[in-house]
Amino acid sequence: MNEIGDTRAAREEKLQGIGCRRKRIEDIRFTQGKGNYVDDLKLPGMLFGDFHRSPYAHARIRRIDTTKARALAGVVAVLTATDLKPLKLDWMPTLAGDVQAVLAGEKVLFQGQEIAFVVATDRYLAADAADLVEVEYEELPPLVDPFRSMAPDAPILREDIKDTTEGAHGKRRHPNHIFTWEVGDREATEQAFRAAEVSVKQLISYQRVHPSPLETCQAVASFDKIEGELTVWGTFQAPHVVRTVGAILSGIPEHKIHIIAPDIGGGFGNKVGVYPGYVCAIVASIVTGKPVKWVEDRIENLTATAFARDYHMTAEIAATRAGKVTGLRVHVLADHGAFDACADPSKWPAGFFNIVTGSYDFPVAHVTVDGVYTSKAPGGVAYRCSFRVTEAAYCIERAMDILAHKLRLDPAEIRMRNFIRREQFPYHSALGWEYDSGDYHTAMKKALEAVGYQALRTEQREKQEQFRRRETRELMGIGVSFFTEIVGAGPSKNCDILGIAMFDSAEIRVHPTGAIIARMGTKSQGQGHETTYAQIIASELGIPADNVMVEEGNTDTAPYGLGTYGSRSTPTAAAATAAACRKIRAKAQMIAAHLLEVHHDDVEFDIDGFRVKGMPERSKSMKEVAWAAYNAVPPGLEPGLEAVSYYDPPNMTYPFGAYLCVMDIDVDTGVAKVRRFYALDDCGTRINPMIIEGQVHGGLTEAFAIAMGQEIAYDEMGNLKGPSFMDFFLPTAVETPHWETDYTVTPSPHHPIGAKGVGESPNVGGVPAFSNAVNDAFAFLGATHIQMPHDPWRVWKAAEALGLQK
Amino acid sequence: MIPAAFTYHRPRTVPDALALLGAHPEEARAIAGGHSLIPMMKLRLATPGHLVDLGAIAALKGIREEGGAWVLGATTTQAELIAHAGLARVLPILRETALQIADPQVRARGTVGGNVANGDPGNDMPAVMLCLDAVLEVAGRGGARTIRARAFYRGAFATALAAGEIVTAIRIPAPPAKAGAAYVKLKRKTGDYATAAAAAMLSLEGGRIARCAIALTNVAPMALLAEAAAAGLIGAVPGAAAFAAAAAAAEAIADPAADGHGPADYRRRMAGVMVRRALAAAAERAGG
Ligand SMILES: Cc1cc2nc3c(=O)[nH]c(=O)nc-3n(C[C@H](O)[C@H](O)[C@H](O)COP(=O)(O)OP(=O)(O)OC[C@H]3O[C@@H](n4cnc5c(N)ncnc54)[C@H](O)[C@@H]3O)c2cc1C
Repeated sequence: MNEIGDTRAAREEKLQGIGCRRKRIEDIRFTQGKGNYVDDLKLPGMLFGDFHRSPYAHARIRRIDTTKARALAGVVAVLTATDLKPLKLDWMPTLAGDVQAVLAGEKVLFQGQEIAFVVATDRYLAADAADLVEVEYEELPPLVDPFRSMAPDAPILREDIKDTTEGAHGKRRHPNHIFTWEVGDREATEQAFRAAEVSVKQLISYQRVHPSPLETCQAVASFDKIEGELTVWGTFQAPHVVRTVGAILSGIPEHKIHIIAPDIGGGFGNKVGVYPGYVCAIVASIVTGKPVKWVEDRIENLTATAFARDYHMTAEIAATRAGKVTGLRVHVLADHGAFDACADPSKWPAGFFNIVTGSYDFPVAHVTVDGVYTSKAPGGVAYRCSFRVTEAAYCIERAMDILAHKLRLDPAEIRMRNFIRREQFPYHSALGWEYDSGDYHTAMKKALEAVGYQALRTEQREKQEQFRRRETRELMGIGVSFFTEIVGAGPSKNCDILGIAMFDSAEIRVHPTGAIIARMGTKSQGQGHETTYAQIIASELGIPADNVMVEEGNTDTAPYGLGTYGSRSTPTAAAATAAACRKIRAKAQMIAAHLLEVHHDDVEFDIDGFRVKGMPERSKSMKEVAWAAYNAVPPGLEPGLEAVSYYDPPNMTYPFGAYLCVMDIDVDTGVAKVRRFYALDDCGTRINPMIIEGQVHGGLTEAFAIAMGQEIAYDEMGNLKGPSFMDFFLPTAVETPHWETDYTVTPSPHHPIGAKGVGESPNVGGVPAFSNAVNDAFAFLGATHIQMPHDPWRVWKAAEALGLQK
Repeated sequence: MIPAAFTYHRPRTVPDALALLGAHPEEARAIAGGHSLIPMMKLRLATPGHLVDLGAIAALKGIREEGGAWVLGATTTQAELIAHAGLARVLPILRETALQIADPQVRARGTVGGNVANGDPGNDMPAVMLCLDAVLEVAGRGGARTIRARAFYRGAFATALAAGEIVTAIRIPAPPAKAGAAYVKLKRKTGDYATAAAAAMLSLEGGRIARCAIALTNVAPMALLAEAAAAGLIGAVPGAAAFAAAAAAAEAIADPAADGHGPADYRRRMAGVMVRRALAAAAERAGG
């Protein structure tokens, strides 16, 4: 479409390629209520499933009586563990190498655990019948406190594996112990601490929270007995993995399983794993011969579907008196609940927690993580973060502040003194990672200048004086956070899920008219893939993004991929997209040369087509080349214009950023008000700045929720407290602060377009910024560490502990 | 989160509603906006067999002035109350309170009568009605009667309404001259019930407090009238010292439970902070 008279800039603009603030095309349907979600699906004869769940956190099941439930008119089937056992589906493998009960047969291990699956002709009847299932229990003592899990007298939770001393990740020391994971140099780290001029040590807990996507988990399973084929529509962040696992578990050949993830209303890691609801819907469809829908409600989602975090981290830093760090030691007690159902790459029981050295040049470090069982729901998923990266970032960013406090150094200053320097990249961290690129000092300086950091500190000191003189009951906190993420899992050399390497894929087909269909192995849950992948293709192939349709989520048509989580879509599938485009472009160049009657080395790609080198007036647009691909290919070349790429990334990518938060705290009520929040993100090449800003806004809002109030809390009997949005803190637009966004650009050297991924950065960097601000407000009065969440009563209590609530 | 089965009725007159409620004495429940009842039904904490919807009864609607008092029909929604200019001029505290209830969606459905009759200590309107000394007009099969708001609340979800009775209207006396009132609420987010909240009204004469009433939300099994706290202020000069004493007296009668809003001691102290702030705002509005 190289139209006469169009300037180069106009031609570029038409493409809406990389760097364009292109509006999200999926929003056309979302904003009109025309999205197509699992629960929108209605199939003829469809039945509905609902669970009967355990009221107890730990109890032996004496008897399950489903007579009354079965007797209710409209009830078609009631499944219990006894029905699943002959199919070997009463237990299922987890992604973390453990097993999880699909339906509890002998024991319940957390409140809300699934016991019976009732199938009825409508969902109201299913709920009525679920209530009619009768279970006789013998209550057992619950184990709520993870610090007590490995006590000699702790109740044994997992009787199924109580005698197994070899777990999926090495030796188990106690029936409630899952694994110990160790990284780094213990000896050298001990030596660094022995030689240290100063050191700090602090237990830093990151409470149990929940990803709580607005759409809960759900599925419709339909088994075709004649063909022996199973189709499942579900909320799957990783549909291909679900298909493979489904084939292995059910014995149905993989090509006869069709997994379809339609529009997904938010995932945040909650929709990576496989839940009992999916399995039961499938079994129920096989048993009844009818499609079966299962949709969990909000309480079920918060109660039984994967939680996140619950890491208790004891961090120690060794340093010189001048504030130069010389060693890092972290021990983590990880509460995994009743089953280890973390969704990490299989060889990484604590995810990539060994990114805990953060943005700092630690010469030595040593990390141990102990995973333990408790009487709580399973999970530990990567809630808007790459596998335990949020926990790691929170740990190091709090610990650096604690060190600064001890040394009476400014939190920004201590970071500047310890950053990995630009010339050190690619940087090999003490815990084994190779950071691809970064320029931390530049980003930090830009952030400090943008907010007028020195003036803020001056204002804070004045306020502190006023507070001491009792002229005000308000305190000011300034939170500094500088994070480095590790995303894009991952290279086959160290990342797999159940043995499948974590590559990702793109299949791109250019039609004769120059329109394009592109299919990916990833799956958007709101990230805007349909918009951004099309922009990459537009820039790579010179076809306007509006002429590209991106399709994901159907395992029959999409190339095999590992799905979307851990900010991996841009580092992996976007790389595959660029790689596939380059294969197409190479062929297109042959065709263009043929049309232009020159050697293919004599033509070059130029915005939206090819031109003869040195003779720009002799050119062929990509659209013309596409047409020719179907009727005028050079001799020896096959017709058609398409390519597939399976991209195995050579390394992870390492986005980073500098976040600053200014807070005013009402000491009388404990209410902390965010006055200002500035977020500078460096995610390498920026594909769509508007989508980046949207991701940052969303991620910061979740970080705000986590730091300032979210908690999945249990009482001493293992009852979940407040499992609804009345209590679980989900901020509305009213509570959400105003976000200021900014950026620097340090491209990834190994990614085809230099992009790093951004979806999770704001959650990773945001939580420490808020928490550091709260802590900073009270630091001048002697507080070293106040545990999250910083909801008003806890802030008030922290002030009370400092003697401020006389 | 799916309610048990029920039969739905939509009468057009008060006598029809009362007849339906009387016909199923154990099982029937009135429903107005449904924004307290339906959540309870979804949790199956309430399983009424019959729902008698008051929404189609014209006689229960509307806001009018009558002999110096303001009369709010029971099914007046919070949104209608907020939008009523005349009421906002004379009794701005009602609008101020309604705006702090939940969110616009809930306020579009939830009614003043339902909020007052529900008997949940977390509801915001009861404390305001105690503070303003409102009178509830009640109808039953035995006839109509009135109950002072100050005699209406007996405990959590326990009120002076007899079985089969409904609230038809709420009558609020006009405030005294040179009076100011305020409702101050501490909550965690939009849509949250109060950690603690306080309604305060006072009038001034010659720079001193002549009349005063204070009431508390969600710091006891029911809304509380803080009589001693208010009595201590009569004759006092409005200011931090007097208000602190009133706050302490209010804290003394608060008996909150520990819940997601915080432990009991914190919530009690918040009752005091809310009283101080409500009094300060009321005094300023009274022209003090
Ligand atoms: C998300 C959410 C947040 C909320 N936050 C708040 C809040 O912050 N503050 C607050 O005060 N409320 C809050 N509410 C409750 C809301 O204000 C309700 O609307 C109100 O409590 C009840 O009014 P209703 O008209 O909806 O009554 P319904 O739910 O219909 O009825 C409630 C009870 O009152 C009875 N009833 C109703 N009308 C009458 C009548 N005329 N006579 C006798 N009995 C009657 C019913 O039988 C029932 O027992 C919230 C609700 C939700 C869903």
